[in-house]
Amino acid sequence: MMTIMPIVQLILLSNAASNEIKEVNIVIVDRDQSESSRLLNRKIIANDRFNLVAIPFSSSTAKDYLQANKADIVLEIPNDFERKYVRGERPKLQMLVNAINGQNATVGSGYLNTIIGTFNAEIIPNTLRTTPATAQFTVASRNWYNPELNYKHFMAPGILAELTALLTIVLSAMNVVRERELGTIEQINVTPIKKWQFIIGKLVPFLCVGMILLTVGILVSKLLFDIPIRGNIGLIFGYAVFNLIAVLGLGLLISNFADTQQQAIFVAFFFIMIFVLMCGLFTPIESMPKWAQYLTIPNPLAHIISVSRKVLMKGSGFWDIRWEIIYTILLAIVFNALAIWSYKKQT
Amino acid sequence: MNTSTVIQVENLTKRFGNFTAVDTISFEVKKGEIFGFLGANGAGKTTAIKMLIGLSKPTDGMGKVAGFDIAKEPEQIKKNIGYMSQKFSLYNDLTVKQNIRFFGGIYGLSKEKIRQKTHTILTELDLESVAKKPVAELPLGWKQRLAFAISMVHEPEIVFLDEPTGGVDPNVRRQFWETIYYVAGQGRTVFVTTHYMDEAEYCDRVSIMVDGKIEALDTPNTLKKQFNATSMDEVFLKLAR
Repeated sequence: MMTIMPIVQLILLSNAASNEIKEVNIVIVDRDQSESSRLLNRKIIANDRFNLVAIPFSSSTAKDYLQANKADIVLEIPNDFERKYVRGERPKLQMLVNAINGQNATVGSGYLNTIIGTFNAEIIPNTLRTTPATAQFTVASRNWYNPELNYKHFMAPGILAELTALLTIVLSAMNVVRERELGTIEQINVTPIKKWQFIIGKLVPFLCVGMILLTVGILVSKLLFDIPIRGNIGLIFGYAVFNLIAVLGLGLLISNFADTQQQAIFVAFFFIMIFVLMCGLFTPIESMPKWAQYLTIPNPLAHIISVSRKVLMKGSGFWDIRWEIIYTILLAIVFNALAIWSYKKQT
Repeated sequence: MNTSTVIQVENLTKRFGNFTAVDTISFEVKKGEIFGFLGANGAGKTTAIKMLIGLSKPTDGMGKVAGFDIAKEPEQIKKNIGYMSQKFSLYNDLTVKQNIRFFGGIYGLSKEKIRQKTHTILTELDLESVAKKPVAELPLGWKQRLAFAISMVHEPEIVFLDEPTGGVDPNVRRQFWETIYYVAGQGRTVFVTTHYMDEAEYCDRVSIMVDGKIEALDTPNTLKKQFNATSMDEVFLKLAR
């Protein structure tokens, strides 16, 4: 039960949580109706990410599509399109983007720009005998480490890391407080058990659960999504031990302070929300404001996501992830020291 | 301190804010004694016990249990005492055997000792048939007797029982007291709180707490004479009125 639910989440979320835009609805207003404009049209439609909604004649009809949310992008080709570029003047295309969904808008217009760019590169030199003095140069970009820009490769390790942390923090946060509710903690407190022994006794079982989940999760990601495993998988597991200890320490710390399980869950979710939204999975840490970037240092989730991506996708070694390791070990020490300190055998 | 005195308390006090739960109590308990600790609900019994077993720090006064200071050496005390509370506190999802092994392990018993103890407890309590069942499935009476046996797993000098017979049937109560006598016969001290006045009669000495103070302390017979009563019930009612 404990591992099945996260695995289901892993499969679902890796497929659904993606920045990849698969369908961009486009409306093209072709006022030129020339050979060149039709060529451009065909090029756009040939791309299977674009879904041609309509080819109206007026721009006002096109705007209606935008208004009705039926189109993401309106491309308007002016009536002097072919004439202008045969003359060597630079024709101007108008692109209207429905930016309500910012992601769709930027990614979709990016696609469209690329297509127009290639159109430029292919067509213009052919038709223009007189090559302009301003020689065009193109930027050929290649996406390293994930050449096909496969979002599942990118998301799956991150989501897995996130789910593991989530499960372990909830389990540990509920644990001590549950014993307090049941009254079993009193029986433990009248024994000569040392505080650190108690905390270790709580840590180890959850650490095992976490490691099992991680193993199953990586296996499932490999089988289902064929995620690359370029680095040393042992490095990931070795690092994960420290990371889980840090997360569990925080969970136990929460549990020590909570009076009821509801309270523990409430506080645990406070941290989970911050950790998840600021871990770099959905928003790259580099694009956060400076202060927020510093806030990701005490976030164990940010470190494990960074490590899993670096090691799995880039094949990074020990030295490349040294900062993550150092920060995580510090966090593990701080959280667990606090957990031991805040566990009171005596009131 | 007399060598045969195992619990010694002087002016022990616990205050929570303005409320004084335990108000300057003093008493001594001798080795091998069955000491009854009586009082109405909210009289401060549980608070007093918690200070003696090192779960709660006294606000004032001093106390020694098994020769150790309750304020300064609670962990030393814990090695030498057993404790069983009214609230059932074994692990319900562990089996009978696992519970014995777990607590045996915490008290640092050797594997051999734990094996031996498990055997003794299972045969004495006649629990062999349910040894591999989760404790949750046992009837309350069995659970309480098991909890008592487990609180004694490390063979402590003193055992504290906080209302051990709450909610169990008369038959189990009788068995319970037989065990208490057996334990006291081995030279161990039993410190027991109860609401049942017939049980008070079984104790060697009894103290009665009212509003955080010990109002009476003597053998049941002397107390009955002192308060001109025929039973402990009457004594209690006269005091706790």
